[in-house]
Amino acid sequence: MKPPSEIETAIAMDANPVAGIDQTKGDFQYKVDYAFDAGTGLSADTVRYISSVKKEEPWLLEFRLKALKTFLEKPMPTHWATKDLGNIDFQKIRYYLSQGQKPKRTWDEVPDDIKKTFERLGIPEQERKFLAGVEAQFDSEAAYSNIKDIVAKQGVIFVNSTEGLREHPEIFRKFFGKVIPTGDNKFSALNSAVFSGGSFIYVPKGVKVAQPLQAYFRINAENFGQFERTLIIADEGAEVVYMEGCTAPKFSTSTLHSAVVELVALKSAKIQYITVQNWANNVFNLVTKRGVAHEDAEIKWIDCNIGSRLTMKYPGVVLKGERARGEVLSIALANDGQHQDTGAKMIHAANNTTSNIIAKSISVGQGRSTYRGVVHIPKHLKGCKNNTECDALLINTSSRTDTYPAISVRGDRNATQHEASVSKVSEDMIFYMQSRGLTEAQAMSLAVNGFINDLARQFPMEYSVELKRLIDLEMEGSVG
Amino acid sequence: MSQLVIKNLHISIGEKAIVKGFNLTIKQGEVHAIMGPNGTGKSTLAKAIAGHPDYTITGGDVQLDRKSILAMQPDERARSGLFLAFQYPSEIPGVSIANFLRAAVQARMAEGEELDAAGYYKRLYSKMDLLKIDRKFTARSVNEGFSGGEKKRCEILQMAMLEPRIALMDETDSGLDIDALRIVADGVNAMRSSPASPGIMLITHYQRLLDYIVPDFVHVMYDGRLVKSGDKSLALELEAKGYDWLKQQPATA
Ligand SMILES: Nc1ncnc2c1ncn2[C@@H]1O[C@H](COP(=O)(O)OP(=O)(O)OP(=O)(O)O)[C@@H](O)[C@H]1O
Ligand SMILES: [Mg+2]
Repeated sequence: MKPPSEIETAIAMDANPVAGIDQTKGDFQYKVDYAFDAGTGLSADTVRYISSVKKEEPWLLEFRLKALKTFLEKPMPTHWATKDLGNIDFQKIRYYLSQGQKPKRTWDEVPDDIKKTFERLGIPEQERKFLAGVEAQFDSEAAYSNIKDIVAKQGVIFVNSTEGLREHPEIFRKFFGKVIPTGDNKFSALNSAVFSGGSFIYVPKGVKVAQPLQAYFRINAENFGQFERTLIIADEGAEVVYMEGCTAPKFSTSTLHSAVVELVALKSAKIQYITVQNWANNVFNLVTKRGVAHEDAEIKWIDCNIGSRLTMKYPGVVLKGERARGEVLSIALANDGQHQDTGAKMIHAANNTTSNIIAKSISVGQGRSTYRGVVHIPKHLKGCKNNTECDALLINTSSRTDTYPAISVRGDRNATQHEASVSKVSEDMIFYMQSRGLTEAQAMSLAVNGFINDLARQFPMEYSVELKRLIDLEMEGSVG
Repeated sequence: MSQLVIKNLHISIGEKAIVKGFNLTIKQGEVHAIMGPNGTGKSTLAKAIAGHPDYTITGGDVQLDRKSILAMQPDERARSGLFLAFQYPSEIPGVSIANFLRAAVQARMAEGEELDAAGYYKRLYSKMDLLKIDRKFTARSVNEGFSGGEKKRCEILQMAMLEPRIALMDETDSGLDIDALRIVADGVNAMRSSPASPGIMLITHYQRLLDYIVPDFVHVMYDGRLVKSGDKSLALELEAKGYDWLKQQPATA
């Protein structure tokens, strides 16, 4: 085969704009009849209802009821977080809606009213193109869940949380709630009380899953709360990439999404968890995500937050074994009416562990971004390293950005490096681009894409393309 | 044939009047050199014609092909065939020259029309060869960390790729060494001798550039208006005598 010409190479290096998932694409709703409905509001009866339709064992109902108590006891964290949290009315939310508890294995079996939603979002097509397995959650339960035979034959388990609990209790119970205890925060407690859906993944020793597994979370109903629970375990030497996407129609009332995601990377395992969050602007997105990395293991969170009204999310890694590595690469785009309160937590708990945080935020118009980081390296450890970089881009004077990095690195045998920058897209830069024929929106979009370029290049192709599309749309919307 | 007609143009920044009744017609294929002391409003004129939002047009008109462009956005003006080579080009971090120019070329295409990537790169590389710009430059962020001369060459590369009908070149020669000056001039002359030869407003302080890009007209701007016009010999005269002798002259329109 002859080597590619200079021109061929240049073309291959450009990300070719193919159709991604755009924000307006998620803004639709088909009428769906729900067979199971926990009604509106939250009480012990709500929790009992959820547990009973899932035919859960008594210990789990117990677990849920205890969690409800914790949730009710814990105050809203408005002493440090935004007061906007106070606008969530937990008694006006619907906690469980589904057509049934058992996901279909083929798209043909998925009821039409739900199937057309996912088809419109392009999920079956993506599955054929580049995924090892897909779980498509519609409100409270997965409507579809499938894993390619070739991956299943390697012993990889990819099911929803209910199935995981029922069919693999020995693995599930061992890790469930261990990375993120119920009482970690008010919203992890809420999730523990009413969780439904989410993925359970187990990758056996030494198995490297070649293509990503994907979950797609769709909220369809108004006044709804989605509380998926994801648990991913990569056994020794295993490797897996998991991607999640999400959309909801734009309702005038608020919607709540509060997930808990726990990752366990055993010795020498690698987990990469990729999120492109594109909720409609009425969604409160309050998610707890954390992983434990054992000896020589690696956990990498790639977290892109484009949508929602308020996102509070600080993916974390507990570096539990020697030489474990943790990484958070995050991009947040806060447009008018949005607050992206994101960050990362790195807890070093063994020698020679390393962590890397690169957070980029873009604030447009009235949009607000906040970075909160925690890096903890105790004094008795040695050879630990952290690198933290926070860059903010402001696209007009009224937008706001705050950075709260809490870096506690003790002892003189550990190293940390911290950089932060705030830059502005200047009028002159936009004029320069416009004078070449680009519209104001295209110019802003290019400036934003340039700002995140070095990070986005590290993302899988399909996701960086989608991200670029989303940014284009956001910028189009932000120009009067 | 395109032409740019600047009619009795008045430009202010805030309350301050900078350009005070400027008249000039530039036809495609012509090169008009504009010279004049620092601070007389040459860059102001060029940027205001390109549509910079800081400048207010307080009187007069600018027409491209008999159509006023004053109500157009800067990008519409550019797509109509106007190009400004900046005295101080902006940096665009993270955006490669190749992607930037590609977006600019794409912006000139009809909706739904697909850019032929192979053809684009072929054209880009041939223009880069002409301007003796290293291939490595396409991957660098636009103007970021460029030397003064590199920035100017990058402006000419963009001009060559976008093929404007009217180009306003603001001190493209400043910051260029002798060799680079000749290369840039060769690039501009190549555009001049092409069938789509642009009309050029060439703002400069130095006769030297005009040895390479020979102007059809030379104009002197002083205090916001043209005070003298002539052929290329006027530039030589200025070089010898400076500007003082012109300051007393009435405006010639
Ligand atoms: N954005 C601005 N705000 C305030 N004053 C400005 C601005 N831009 C230009 N000026 C002023 O307008 C006048 C004309 O400036 P301009 O840059 O057009 O001059 P010039 O003829 O291009 O000079 P030079 O030969 O030094 O490039 C100067 O007094 C300058 O200080
Ligand atoms: Mg100037």
